[in-house]
Amino acid sequence: MNRSTRFVVLSLLVLLALVVSACAPAAIPAAQPAATESAAAEAPAEAAAPAEAAAGDVVEIEYWQYNFGARVDAMNQLIAQFEAENPGIKVIHNSDIPYDDFRNKIAASVPAGVGPDVATLFYGWQPAWIDAGYLVPLPEDAFPPDQVRAEFSPMVEGSFFQGKLFTLPTAVRTLALFYNKDLMAAAGLDPENPPRTLDELKDQAVKCTVKEGDEFKVYGFIVNPEGQAHHWFREVLLRQYGQQPYSDDYTQVLWNASDGGYEAWNTFLSFERELGTGIAGVYENDQDGFLAGEVCFHLDGSFRLGTIASNAPDLNFGVVELPEHNGVKSTFGSYWTHGITTKAAADPARLAAAIKFLQFITTPEAGKLWVGIVGELPAQLEAANDPELLADPKLGAFAAGLPYAQSTFFVDESKDRQAILDAYDAVVLTGADPKEELDVAVATVQEMLDEFWSSRP
Amino acid sequence: MKLTLRRRQILWAYLFLSVSLVFFITIRWYPTLLAFNISFRDWNVFKGAGDWVGLANYADIWEDFFKPRSAVRAAFGNTLRYVLFGVPLQLALALSVALLLVRIRQLAGFFRAAYFVPFVTSAVAVAFVWNWLYAPQVGLINQGLKILGLPMQQFLRNPDLALPSITVVAVWRTIGFAIIIFLAGLQQIPDIYYEAAQIDGANRWHMFWRITLPLLNPVIVYLAVLQTIEFLRMFDLVQNMTQGGPLNRTTTVVLEVYNEGFSSYNMGYAAALTVILFGLILAITVFQLRVLSRRVEY
Repeated sequence: MNRSTRFVVLSLLVLLALVVSACAPAAIPAAQPAATESAAAEAPAEAAAPAEAAAGDVVEIEYWQYNFGARVDAMNQLIAQFEAENPGIKVIHNSDIPYDDFRNKIAASVPAGVGPDVATLFYGWQPAWIDAGYLVPLPEDAFPPDQVRAEFSPMVEGSFFQGKLFTLPTAVRTLALFYNKDLMAAAGLDPENPPRTLDELKDQAVKCTVKEGDEFKVYGFIVNPEGQAHHWFREVLLRQYGQQPYSDDYTQVLWNASDGGYEAWNTFLSFERELGTGIAGVYENDQDGFLAGEVCFHLDGSFRLGTIASNAPDLNFGVVELPEHNGVKSTFGSYWTHGITTKAAADPARLAAAIKFLQFITTPEAGKLWVGIVGELPAQLEAANDPELLADPKLGAFAAGLPYAQSTFFVDESKDRQAILDAYDAVVLTGADPKEELDVAVATVQEMLDEFWSSRP
Repeated sequence: MKLTLRRRQILWAYLFLSVSLVFFITIRWYPTLLAFNISFRDWNVFKGAGDWVGLANYADIWEDFFKPRSAVRAAFGNTLRYVLFGVPLQLALALSVALLLVRIRQLAGFFRAAYFVPFVTSAVAVAFVWNWLYAPQVGLINQGLKILGLPMQQFLRNPDLALPSITVVAVWRTIGFAIIIFLAGLQQIPDIYYEAAQIDGANRWHMFWRITLPLLNPVIVYLAVLQTIEFLRMFDLVQNMTQGGPLNRTTTVVLEVYNEGFSSYNMGYAAALTVILFGLILAITVFQLRVLSRRVEY
């Protein structure tokens, strides 16, 4: 083979490769409509049996959520009930996407017009999804804002964006205080009387801490901003010291707007700095110490009950509402929420079906079904006030927090958390001035908010 | 067209090569070119291909670089620190071990394998094992310090110790590879040089300094370039040991790329950082090849 032939062969191969690579992105959207079409072809055939005349009237909507066994089960049951009540609507449940890919898949599918009509998203993602034009506001006649505000836990305020309601949840989660009964008893504390106030928490955490020289044998209470503790500072401690964390329209960070804010910050720091009840980040994961039975008191969400049940089934523990202070009770709430996409809004029949479906999966009954399978709390106060749920030794404390739970509006949760973590580390690890560090954290988060709002009317 | 056997063989060779070529073009080169493109756009995962914004992403990085407590500045500073501490330490240690290994005859295979094992271990597994070793209070290293009556350390939480601690793990993890390459290099040096030197009355130190080291130069250059690139791309160990903390003392450029791209979804900004890192690696590599390579003739 001479040089020119070789050149020709090589360039042909390169060309071939380029063609292949150029085709690759186009092939993905092309494949999905095909799948939808085949599903669409099946649906009328099924519906034709019960109502021959209405064969063409079956509306098909797609519902997407990320893959999590219990959630998939619960939603399958809700869909079955919904379809039985609404024979004219068929819901295709797509739950094959792993959590890590979920946002990317949605991002690829919605603009291509092949994604969900109703999708489940973390409430913190809502601003980005609205910006991207995926979600449409929920119609006020079907979801009256006043009624939503009255019937749902106050944390659902996080579903309103610039005054409009965009999503609604079936279930929500709150934070509460886990306590290890055996360690409390060993420290001479009454395991049936866990801390109810912040002062009691400080006192009991100190008593529960066991040290040998420099070495901790038992940690009374670890404040770990990398875990859930940053929520505790923002939504609980600040409010208890009379300082709301952000302005009502979320344009201003107010953590350091009053002496109360600094006091809350000092309390947050005091467990490691003054009381010596723990070291932040001493365990690989926030919950490891509590699971290992080496930590007395631990802040966490209801979702941790499942972790404990499977990893430390013998742990003798209880759960109590977060300690109050100055007569203020508060907890942080977060939730997965359902929204209607622009794809559904493009077709009146599909939109109507999507609205019906969303109404159905956000009823108190749906919430009750959900708590039994997933372990998340019903978002509707009516279902959350269920005496049986409130009496539950573990879930009760979380449910009790629903009427006063607050969700935070995050522009970027990980950066917001990082600001608090960095301020904490600067004080605890390098001995920097607490006041100054809180100011730096506020400035960092404020800059993020300014940037976020600057691109909006 | 009638093809001779030789031509047909060559054609087949190209055919097989083309498979990997297609792979490289689609999986490596094409996305690389796309990254350059994205770095000039306001590209967000949710919005897809965003507007052309020219150098705005680069301007943002420039601006962020000079902010107080800038994570980007910390990332570039730390990345250079990893290279400056890591590469010389690794080359010196690897050469020392290789010089010892080349002498032993018994259990030579065992030792070589033992040093090489960390290299074939997943970085994530390595990170977790070392997390436990470094763990405050209960970690093996701290228990050792306690027995020796020394104060216990929070290796990965201490702003001054965190980066050196991770560097040690990085060196430990890839030293096996450097040792194997050094061993190959050492075995290439003909014995006659040493014999001649011995006759001339040279001592061991002279022989190492005048024969071994100069003749190993190509190997040293190769390893220095490769390991520098490796340390410049530092990510997995940091992500799994400290996530860049405490106070950005261990973060790296690649980690910032990851955080910006996949946690904050600022793909344009992340792509621009990648392009800068690409330029940095290219510049350092060219510099190393120019300065370190010199022909040694005997």
